[in-house]
Amino acid sequence: MTVTRGWERGRAVAHPPPGIGDNGGVSLYRDEGVVLRTRKLGEADRIVTLLTRRTGLVRAVGKGVRRTKSRFGARLEPFTHVDLQLYTGRTLDVITQADTLHAYGTPIVADYARYTAGTAMLETAEKIVIVEKDPALRQFLLLIGGLRTLGGNEHDPRLVLDAYLLRSLAVAGYAPALDECARCGSHGIQRSFAVHAGGAVCSVCRPAGSASPAPDTLRLMVALLRGDWAGADASEERHRTECSGLVAAYLQWHLENGIRSLRLVERS
Amino acid sequence: MYEGAVQNLIDELGRLPGVGPKSAQRIAFHLLSAETADVKRLVNALVEVKERVRFCAICGNVAEETECRICRDPRRDAAVICVVEESKDVVAIERTREFRGRYHVLGGAISPIEGVGPDDLRIKELMTRLSDGQITELILATDPNLEGEATATYLARLVKPMGLKVTRLASGLPVGGDLEYADEVTLGRAFEGRRSLEF
Repeated sequence: MTVTRGWERGRAVAHPPPGIGDNGGVSLYRDEGVVLRTRKLGEADRIVTLLTRRTGLVRAVGKGVRRTKSRFGARLEPFTHVDLQLYTGRTLDVITQADTLHAYGTPIVADYARYTAGTAMLETAEKIVIVEKDPALRQFLLLIGGLRTLGGNEHDPRLVLDAYLLRSLAVAGYAPALDECARCGSHGIQRSFAVHAGGAVCSVCRPAGSASPAPDTLRLMVALLRGDWAGADASEERHRTECSGLVAAYLQWHLENGIRSLRLVERS
Repeated sequence: MYEGAVQNLIDELGRLPGVGPKSAQRIAFHLLSAETADVKRLVNALVEVKERVRFCAICGNVAEETECRICRDPRRDAAVICVVEESKDVVAIERTREFRGRYHVLGGAISPIEGVGPDDLRIKELMTRLSDGQITELILATDPNLEGEATATYLARLVKPMGLKVTRLASGLPVGGDLEYADEVTLGRAFEGRRSLEF
């Protein structure tokens, strides 16, 4: 009688003989994503934060990225939309391959105003999708759309940024009330805007400390949230400035951490 | 945990960049077994670097006097300034022996996400240097990454009204590399900056 040892028995049942190309327990996965931020790690590596299509926010190590002979080269720079292969590491995943799908960085970095607006978009994306590896497809698509518009240079970079911030907040569940009162729900463009009340407020519900923006500023915010670019492009400079201020205040109120890049966004 | 002095040394060494607890322990025991004269030399070097080294009043490079060696050298071309991010970059460019002008060290690159804006860099000092009319060319040698490019774009726009010649270091294929492994952005840049071979 032959005695089968426990581990042999278990192995025969749980793991059939591997086929050709079967890499068994190595957890490799493929995804596409936008590089949000990079940080130096050790001698020549980088920690790359990405917003991916299927996995959500991922922090991964790009090994040897900073060397001039790196296989990744400029592919793992912020604003780049890349096709990636990664394997799951103990704390951080490791990038094994990267291919550029779109290099949004090239047109964005050529203009300083676009660059500062773009970095604010990337930082917001990172802060609004807080949980790692929790799929956030709508945020991903919104960011891709935002970067494409910004790089296309069709609209004022500030408008693109504010449109992105408003929509990103809306996707995250923090859409401001703009053409109704945030408290009583009465329709129409209101006179006041209270960040802590959740958007525009009517003269009856108006809490102390509310801002009183021009009606055209609120109309501009509605246009940006809905994607009415013809209306947004026709807006006046002072309304754009006021709109940026309100959007920034509203964003900072809802995110736990402030967005550092917003301070440096160029307001020409 | 070791006793007093040894643990102290391990803790202090462990605060250095790239030195983990095990490396700190290894270095500490190496020092413990080294000759007293060798250790004293190391101590002197550490103290001296803090006492003598400062930043050049003109370019911001590390120096042992108010001005660095390059700024004091009359043989260097005073009409050309090469802008770099860090002192380490000055050394890298000096190794090429291609550049005979002077430098300006910014102390970093514009990175809004890290909270570093134009006011945090030595840009004001650069503008003061440029305004004396002696300088004819500005070479932007910031890193060829996103932050470096953005800093170069910002500086180019700032300097434009002064009517200086502003150039940017070329980007392209590394010498000794393979074309097939080059990424699209770098290869694109190499095409953009291609030069004619005329004999």
